[in-house]
Formats: sequence, structure tokens, C-alpha cells
Amino acid sequence: MLNLPKNKLTQMLRKILEIRLFEEKVFELYAQNLVPGTIHLYAGEEAVAVGVCSNLRKDDYITSTHRGHGHCIAKGADLKRTMAEILGKKTGYCKGKGGSMHIADFSIGMLGATAVVGAGIPIAVGAGLSIKLRRTDQVVVCFFGEGASNQGTFHEGINMASIWKLPVIFVCENNLYAMGTRQSIVMNIENIADRAIAYGISGVVVDGNDVLAVYEVAEKAVERARKGEGPVLIECKTYRHKGHSRVDPARYRPKEEVAEWLAKDPIKRFKEKLIHTKVLSEAEIQHIEKEVSVEIEEAVKFAIESPFPMPEEALEDVYA
Amino acid sequence: MRKITYKEALREALREEMRRDTTVFLLGEDIGKYWGGAFKVTEGLAEEFGDERVRDTPISENAIVGTAVGAAITGMRPVAEIMFGDLTALAMDQIANQAAKIRYMFGGQISCPLVIRTPFGAGVNIASHHSQSLEAWFMHVPGLHVAVPSTPYDAKGLLKSAIRGNNPVFFCEHKLLYPIQGEVPEEEYTIPFGVADVKKEGTDVTIVATLYMVHKALKAAEILEAEGISVEVVDPRTLTPLDKQAIIKSVKKTGRIVIVSEDCKTAGVSAEIAAVVAEEALDYLDAPIIRVAEPDTPIPFSPPLEQYVIPDEKAIIKAVKEVV
Ligand SMILES: Cc1ncc(C[n+]2csc(CCOP(=O)(O)OP(=O)(O)O)c2C)c(N)n1
Repeated sequence: MLNLPKNKLTQMLRKILEIRLFEEKVFELYAQNLVPGTIHLYAGEEAVAVGVCSNLRKDDYITSTHRGHGHCIAKGADLKRTMAEILGKKTGYCKGKGGSMHIADFSIGMLGATAVVGAGIPIAVGAGLSIKLRRTDQVVVCFFGEGASNQGTFHEGINMASIWKLPVIFVCENNLYAMGTRQSIVMNIENIADRAIAYGISGVVVDGNDVLAVYEVAEKAVERARKGEGPVLIECKTYRHKGHSRVDPARYRPKEEVAEWLAKDPIKRFKEKLIHTKVLSEAEIQHIEKEVSVEIEEAVKFAIESPFPMPEEALEDVYA
Repeated sequence: MRKITYKEALREALREEMRRDTTVFLLGEDIGKYWGGAFKVTEGLAEEFGDERVRDTPISENAIVGTAVGAAITGMRPVAEIMFGDLTALAMDQIANQAAKIRYMFGGQISCPLVIRTPFGAGVNIASHHSQSLEAWFMHVPGLHVAVPSTPYDAKGLLKSAIRGNNPVFFCEHKLLYPIQGEVPEEEYTIPFGVADVKKEGTDVTIVATLYMVHKALKAAEILEAEGISVEVVDPRTLTPLDKQAIIKSVKKTGRIVIVSEDCKTAGVSAEIAAVVAEEALDYLDAPIIRVAEPDTPIPFSPPLEQYVIPDEKAIIKAVKEVV
């Protein structure tokens, strides 16, 4: 299995579980009216964030989207402060000014989630340019959906990263739908990765529900980028388990399609593989799951018990 | 004191800041060694600093600003040039939604020290896609600073402050100002944001003017002076932050105000300044506030049409005579 050591695989399993259980909790809290606004759940796509971020160092960067809980957690964000931000609390990463769609933790290179579809792409390119100008060997991972790949920023950004050979790994999370719009309605291509050709970089398609497959592809891309060989576009084929946002029952998706993808659940597959190859026993996995649950409960408690910001704090942080 | 042009003053500011701080770099379309910028502001800089730090970009305005944002939040101080101010429309998301909000939305975790330089203004017969004055769009975005230098001295001092500061700055230039000469000392100086400059003292009426209109206001003042009307010309120099106190102080002295700005009148720069005076200094006014601005039309091409819409000395003089 990729010759990854047991502790690395265990860590990946832990992260993937953290995201799933965190998301389930957020869903529950939303139902209890504790989450203001809306939420865009990442459940079903965890293998992408974990497969990619498991290759990154703390000082590497990522940019994220409206569906960013998974990216934050995979990059190492603190669950308590992430949860507190989603609840709009003072102790949240952004002191309650960002919420679910705009979480950032600059101390771990998480450069922030943006709710404008595609806007993170040139920002990631700029971080890549900064790395090149500062002559460090960091890399940037830019997450976005297939819907975002129809924005000018995608084309402008990838072109720039390509001509300047920047250390940016573009990761398209193709979950087949942008809100309710199926990919085939707005694009005459099946693979977003094919668009790489137009910008003179390589594009790779990978099973986004197989964390190890994602890990392997991302590992190569990160290695290349670190050596100064430029960007890559990785397309991860995946599926969100729920609707686009909390209010969306996703009736536009055929039942058979949903069933087919639920059967390909990335967590179920990863667990089975770990057991099958005797890396971890069922009991060991259950133990990790329990530990993660406890951690999530603590995050929820922290977030709920944290105070809301004072109203006047709305006036702070506009200017440096 | 030596005299240099507005363009040279800007270039000096860029050169000095690039020498002083290796994190400062420039990016934009055709700013490098083959062209030196559409208005030649960056000419010669690529020769000194190399094409890595004076970086020609593709024609991708949104990505130019977005790239500057990404670089700014990871330790660099980019100065992006947008070839014509009108084209900032293409970069509006990165300017207004990203650069301006990135500090606030992330709870003050980072600052975004970038400068976007761009020329506005009409007067060279290139019609509406290359002649607008859109400063007010950017004044309306919290999180940005907006600079509007009218002289070589101000241009250099404000650009240096913009580069050294930790906020995103929208730096407005004016096409007709580039060749204008003015005194600029050899020694180092900076001009803080939010401090207006009284370009000419006077006692009967205050004219607040920005960018190229400062020069027209000064000409009008000279003519009026000959007729016995003493005019004070106040140049805010930055629109955000706006030096309200300087404007109010002048109004207290003269009791009359005419506001001159090249943008169109509705919801423009002059509207904001008029509102400030109405809210905070109404009691000191002996006459109504008058605004001289462009009519609400796009900028036309044909010379007589274009000249008709741009405020001129005659319009300023007429306005002053209405209030005194
Ligand atoms: C520029 C822009 N247009 C529209 C929206 C509204 N919107 C939010 S998410 C979304 C769909 C995004 O689809 P995709 O990029 O595939 O990401 P996914 O939600 O599938 O993860 C849209 C249209 C937006 N936030 N930004």
C-alpha cells in the first residue's frame, strides 16, 4: 500500500474521520439552530483534502472555497476554533467575522476560504509567486470545484502559474454538480484535467474517493513543484453526500447515481483496505473513532460555551 | 528646488522603495523593459531590478490583482499597475471582495499590503473605455485606502507611504498629470494618508478639488483673484481616509464651498464631500454648497463633445460667482 508507514496511514484515517464526524456534528448543530447562515458540507469528499494535505508541511499553503471545513481540518486547523467560527463566536479563527465560508488560519498556511467561486485561484498563484520571489521551497495547493473552472480566474490563474513555473498544485474537486447544475449542461468536456493542455501543463484524473490514489498523485505533484518544475492540475472525481448547502434536498440527482456513489464512500473504502492489508484491526479503528468523537464533542462544547463577540467589535480589523 | 514631472516622481518613489525593501515588486501589463508601462511610469526599472521584480503579466486584470493579493498575504509588497483605470472593472472582485476584505473577514489575522496604481481621467480623445474617473467606486469599499495625488511632490510622497503601509491602497493617477512638472526635493520624504494640503490660501470661498481638477481650480482662482475674489484651494490628497477637518476648517474661514471633481456627479466624490460639509459644518455656510462635476454621461470621443463634459475653469468660476 504505497509503502506508507503505519503511523502515517493511521494519521490519515484520523483526519478523514475528523472531517466526517465534524461535518455530522455541524449538521446536527444546524438543525438545532446553533449555526447562523448556511453550511456547505464536505461529507463524501474527504479523501481529496486528506490525500492532498497529507503531503504538505506546516509552512506550505492552501487556499479554499465555500466548502472549506475539510480543507481546514486536513491542513491541521484546530477543531475548537473552527467550530467556534462556524457558530459565530469570538473564539473562532476570525473572531466571528468570517463564518463557515471564510475560515483561515495563517499560522498553518491556510490562506483562507473565499465564497466567491474561483476567487481563490489567482490568490494561490500569488502565494506561489511570493514563494518563488522569496526563494523558499514551499508549495501552494489551490482547491476549487469543477464549477469554478468556468470562471476567468481559473484560466487567467493557471496560465500565469504555467508561464512563471510557480509551485502551485491546482486541485479540482469534481463532484459533478455546481449547486444544481450538472457538469454536462455547462461543459462539453468530461475531464476538467483536459483543460491543462491549453496552458502547457499536465493534467491528471484521479479517483477522488480513494485517499491513497489521491495521496500518490499529489505526492508527485508536490515533489515536482518543490523542485521548481511548475504547476499541475489534478482532477479528483468525487461526490458530495448531501445537497449543495444545508437547505438543498438535491432532488436533481438520480437515486441510482446517489446509491452508486454512497457505495463508493471514501471512508468505508479506506477502512476496508486498512483491515484487509492488516495495517489496522477493526478494534483499533473503533478506538480511533472513539477518540475522534471525544475530540469533536470537546470542540462543540468549547464553541457553544464561547461568548459571542461584542457588537462594537464589528468595527475592528477594517484597516491594519 | 529641482523640478521633475509627475511621472518621474512616481518612478522615483518606485525605484527608491524597491532599493530599500526587496519584498517590493511590480507587476502589470507591459510594464517591463520592452515598453516601460503604457504611460512609461516604470520605464528603466526592469533594467535596474530585472524582469523578476518588474514583471510583465498576461492581459488578465483579475489575476493581476489576485496574484498581488496572494503575494501580499504571504510576505511580499506588490505594486500592481492596471493599464487604464476603466479596466479595474475586470479586477473588481479581487479589489473589492478580496483585497479589501481579507483582513476583516479573517478577523485581523493578516494584513494585505498591496498597491494598485492606475490612471483615470479624460481629455485625450480616447472615449469612454479609457477616460473615466471612477475614484468613487473605491471610496465606497471599506478596507481600501484611495489616494489622489495632484502634483509630483504629492505623487512621490503618497506612493512611498502607500508601499510602506499595511493596507491595500488604490492609487489614482491622471493621464494629463504625467507630464506636469513640479518641485520635488532630492531628500527622502513621505506624505501620510488623511492629510489634506491647502494648495492656495484665500478668504472668500473654499474650492475642494482633486487630481487634475486641482490645476484647473488654481487657474480659476488666479482669474478670480484678479477680480477681487480670494479663493482657498484645498486638495484632500487621499479620499479614504478623508481629511474632513481640513475641509471644515477652510469652510469655517470662508463660509462658502465649491467642490470640483472630474467624475460624474451622481454619487460621486463631490457628493461625499458635500455630505460631510452638510453634516458637520452646515452652520458655518453662508451660501449653498455647489458641485462642479461631469454630467452623468459616458465620456464621448469627439473633441467638442469631450470638452463639453469635462469641468473647466469657466464652470469653476461660474460656480464661485454663484456663492460669493
Ligand atoms: C462568482 C460566484 N458566482 C456564484 C456564486 C454562488 N455559488 C456558490 S457555490 C456555487 C457552485 C459552485 O460549484 P463548484 O465550483 O463546482 O463547487 P462545489 O459547490 O461543487 O464544491 C455557486 C454558483 C458564488 N458564490 N460566486
